[in-house]
Amino acid sequence: MADDRTLADILRSQGISRRGFLKFCATTASMMALSPAMVPKIAEALESAKRPSVIWLSFQECTGCTESLTRSHAPTIEKLIFDVISLDHHHTLMAASGHAVDEAMHEAMEANYGKYLLIVDGSIPVGNPAYSVIGGVSNLDQLKEVAKGAAAIVSVGTCSAYGGLPYAHPNPTGAASVSDIIKDKPIINVPGCPPIPVVITGVLAQFLTFGKLPEMDELGRPMAFYGQNIHDRCYRRPFYERGQFAETFDDEGARKGWCLFKLGCKGPVTYNACATTKWNEGTSWPVEAGHGCLGCSQPNFWDMGGFYNALSTPTIDLTKTAAVGLAAGAAVGLAAGALNRSKKSKAAREHETVTVKDLEKGEKS
Amino acid sequence: MNSVDFLLWVRGPGLAIASIIFVFGMTLKMFEIFMLGRKKNLAELRGSGIKEGFRTIITRSKHADTYSTRHTKFTFYVGWIFHIGMFVAIFLLAPHIELFKSFLGFGWPALPTPLVDLATVIALISLLAVLFHRITNPVLKYLSVGQDYVVWALTFLPLLTGYMTYHHLFFPYTWLLGIHILSVCILLIIFPFTKLTHAVTLFFSRWYNGMMGGEKGVQQ
Repeated sequence: MADDRTLADILRSQGISRRGFLKFCATTASMMALSPAMVPKIAEALESAKRPSVIWLSFQECTGCTESLTRSHAPTIEKLIFDVISLDHHHTLMAASGHAVDEAMHEAMEANYGKYLLIVDGSIPVGNPAYSVIGGVSNLDQLKEVAKGAAAIVSVGTCSAYGGLPYAHPNPTGAASVSDIIKDKPIINVPGCPPIPVVITGVLAQFLTFGKLPEMDELGRPMAFYGQNIHDRCYRRPFYERGQFAETFDDEGARKGWCLFKLGCKGPVTYNACATTKWNEGTSWPVEAGHGCLGCSQPNFWDMGGFYNALSTPTIDLTKTAAVGLAAGAAVGLAAGALNRSKKSKAAREHETVTVKDLEKGEKS
Repeated sequence: MNSVDFLLWVRGPGLAIASIIFVFGMTLKMFEIFMLGRKKNLAELRGSGIKEGFRTIITRSKHADTYSTRHTKFTFYVGWIFHIGMFVAIFLLAPHIELFKSFLGFGWPALPTPLVDLATVIALISLLAVLFHRITNPVLKYLSVGQDYVVWALTFLPLLTGYMTYHHLFFPYTWLLGIHILSVCILLIIFPFTKLTHAVTLFFSRWYNGMMGGEKGVQQ
């Protein structure tokens, strides 16, 4: 439950020096493309911030988002920041089980009504709510109930932000995103499959610092982390420009680290921070590991025409559409051609022969 | 509709509609043209004419008409430059080749993107030049109909949006790519029903002219 200690108190009790804390604030500011003048502000706001109550709801998800956040890398300041929020309800991380879990959630809701932060991972089955039910309560009902008292909602992961994997064609559960259902609360989308840990802590830090939502793009994502295009920031970009591509995952191009566009990389239409912040303490990221970007922070990334098909290829079978066009064109063309021919022969039949005599007559008259 | 939905639509249903109409229209046109037939040649043949037909396909593009004024010379040279630029932009950009490969089953080597970019700029400038020529030359202006300007604009747009997409100009890349594909879809849809069919018909109309000449024993 939320206690009265400020973030600064907690960090100090965990052995984080003021220098280390300021360094974190500076990193956060630079990640969010804020001016250096904002660093003291962030520090001040974070130091005086009380542990905000956070309720985390998990719906149709794989727990990958939670794994990403909690098991990413051992104690860093980002993780401590995550520790110092008061995570009052999280199915996977709570020691309690059964009805005690629901009680904890309701207690937290009552104690912090209108102020708590709701984090959601997983999509919500709207088509048939029975696909995902917790303690007899459908995901849809639970989301609506908890969202009512939330100050803001953070949709963590592509499933809660845009429907994600459950939303993939043919969407058997009728999966919907949080923003499809909740219309009257501020919602921040932090998509990714999973999202980068530092991105979620950054978004939380920004929310704690300014008490308001960050600047967001048309898909409800914070511009600070999702404002940049993977393709633009990709270290393999020069190979794209030169026309040097890996054709398979095991050819010379792949070994030389050439561009993965032909192997289905969705970097050109993907907005995320992977290419700059990277994963596992800045160790690497998918493209560096030799696999094209799946575009996991984008809506419908499962249905973008196949992970291993180039972005410029159609999502439909063009030979089929061409066959349809050809058959229809041939049928109508044959009919039109036959009509034209009959017109032509009719005109020829009706043609009156003009003799020289006729012409001479014409001249005289 | 957000940018992702839009891109998915143009890469899927939008392209399906456009490609069906394109193939339908072109097939219809070909049937209509070929089924009209030709009158039987009653004169004695002086040659087979087949070779002359193929020769004429090339010779008609080789020289500016010797009687030409400077205006037709302009059309000749700028026309060549535009078509080469457009050809490079369409057929030698790696992502485009991937598209052709997806339905043809085979690909070919691509040019480095800065070269394709240059070709696109050349094509765009020459298109602007021919438009300027068309509206400033009184004869051309008199001969032009509304369709000529529509066709010009719909040819210009895919090149322009392609250029903007590559350079990420003004809009996010996802929107630009979607708009670029949409502009191509529109071009495909109007293609069979406008003068753009010259891309296909010029070959056999020239061949036929050459063949006719060849049968009469003259070079076209």
